[in-house]
Amino acid sequence: MRMKFFAALALTVAMGSALMVFATPPPAGSGSITGKVTYTGTPMKMKPIDMSKEPSCAKQHATPITTENVATGPGNTLQWVVVYISAGDEGTTTASQGVRYDQKGCQYLPHVLTMLAGQQLQIYNDDQTSHNIHPLAKVNQEWNKSQPPGSPPIDTKWDKPEFIAVKCNIHPWMHGYFAVLKTSHVSITGEDGTFDIKGLSPGKYTVTAWQEQYGTKTQDVTVGAGAATANFVFTATPY
Amino acid sequence: MGRLFAVVVTVITLLSVSFFVMHTWWMPVDISTTGPAIDHQLEETMTGSGLLFLGGQLLLGLFVWQSSDKNPARKIKIFPGGANPLVAAAIILVGIEILTLTFVGSKAWAAVNLVPAAADSLHIDVQAEQFAFYFRYAGPDGQFGGLHPDKIDDGSGNYFGLDPANDVAARDDVVVGSLVIPVNRPILLTLHSKDVGHSFYVPELRIQQDFVPGIEIPVHFTATQTGKFEIVCTQLCGLGHYNMKAYLQVMSEADYEQWLKGQEGQ
Ligand SMILES: [Cu+2]
Repeated sequence: MRMKFFAALALTVAMGSALMVFATPPPAGSGSITGKVTYTGTPMKMKPIDMSKEPSCAKQHATPITTENVATGPGNTLQWVVVYISAGDEGTTTASQGVRYDQKGCQYLPHVLTMLAGQQLQIYNDDQTSHNIHPLAKVNQEWNKSQPPGSPPIDTKWDKPEFIAVKCNIHPWMHGYFAVLKTSHVSITGEDGTFDIKGLSPGKYTVTAWQEQYGTKTQDVTVGAGAATANFVFTATPY
Repeated sequence: MGRLFAVVVTVITLLSVSFFVMHTWWMPVDISTTGPAIDHQLEETMTGSGLLFLGGQLLLGLFVWQSSDKNPARKIKIFPGGANPLVAAAIILVGIEILTLTFVGSKAWAAVNLVPAAADSLHIDVQAEQFAFYFRYAGPDGQFGGLHPDKIDDGSGNYFGLDPANDVAARDDVVVGSLVIPVNRPILLTLHSKDVGHSFYVPELRIQQDFVPGIEIPVHFTATQTGKFEIVCTQLCGLGHYNMKAYLQVMSEADYEQWLKGQEGQ
């Protein structure tokens, strides 16, 4: 009896708030999707990188950096996961500003860089050594370019959406990703695994989370006036 | 003019020979058990070819001097005896020299290349790729995992193409970017290349051996001194060849064991 009463009450409240949403539509773009990306299982161990053959880079790292293909944080969180709107409002498709990618300490910074298809991309060599950046594009045109120390930045862009692995033809350990998307509604998880896609109008969206080792996971999310929540859980294996 | 040339030839000859006699630019310290035999052989080769060089050049200077003599009675116009005996003498002399060096030197060469590695050698696997060397130790189980070139993925640090998901022996393999070895212990390296031809050259070990893609090449040696030495690639292998190197660290047995333990933890 009491159960039924509470259920009825909950239903009334829910309908009421739904009506209120329809009655006063929130300003476009005030909604967001936030959440956390975590893993279950045991992820592979990240390996320390020996840069001793490149002293000018090695001395920039007090402790050796590690591989980053499965970057984890406390509480089983996953870093460098690209979370983006794959269906629904895609936001702007042209960008006024370019994005910057750095080769510093024989490492790609940031490890994963998101950009729009067609957005200007500038690649800098901040090191005292030559790099030869080689994005392994499959959908876009693949290329590699040599950049001696002190060279001007490489000015380029990608025409089509694609996740492009990046390697250096001189330093085999250097590895990163370009996440070329057709949406500006994107967020990359930090060390705490959280993301925040802002500027969404109310509506239904498909959200995709991409992790370089584990691939993609998608879910449908309905956004109202405030922050909707979507969490992603990847299954990690030790090898 | 001819006499001046004769003097210049003689001076150049004596000067260049003196650099070798005084070891002005000589080899670095030798830290290998097979090194002394190689150095000895090198000395013999240098002495033999050096004496021939010295004799040949001084003779050249003498003849140039004589042929430009103003006095027609003393001036040489053709080589005494004609060209044929000269060519025959040169072929025989150089032939004997080369054969002798090959015969005498084969012992030093064989000690490095034909004598198999000691059974208790520490086995380390070496992968060369544009433009770095990687070294693999078997880990606590003493077993190397199998190599699967299709599994090579530099981005995740899988430089050798191990398959730890299906291959238990591969799971504890230690892969590092420097060659760390204990002193006075026989070492056996297996060289293989991921891409093109490279070379493993450690002047202090007196070892230089090419990597050939598709072939596993054994190299063995015993280091007799601790220290840090450079391993360089001496086979032009592409754009970053100048930058292709690694370090050899020879440690005491205790330091080596400690280092290995630390690596196994990672
Ligand atoms: Cu090389």
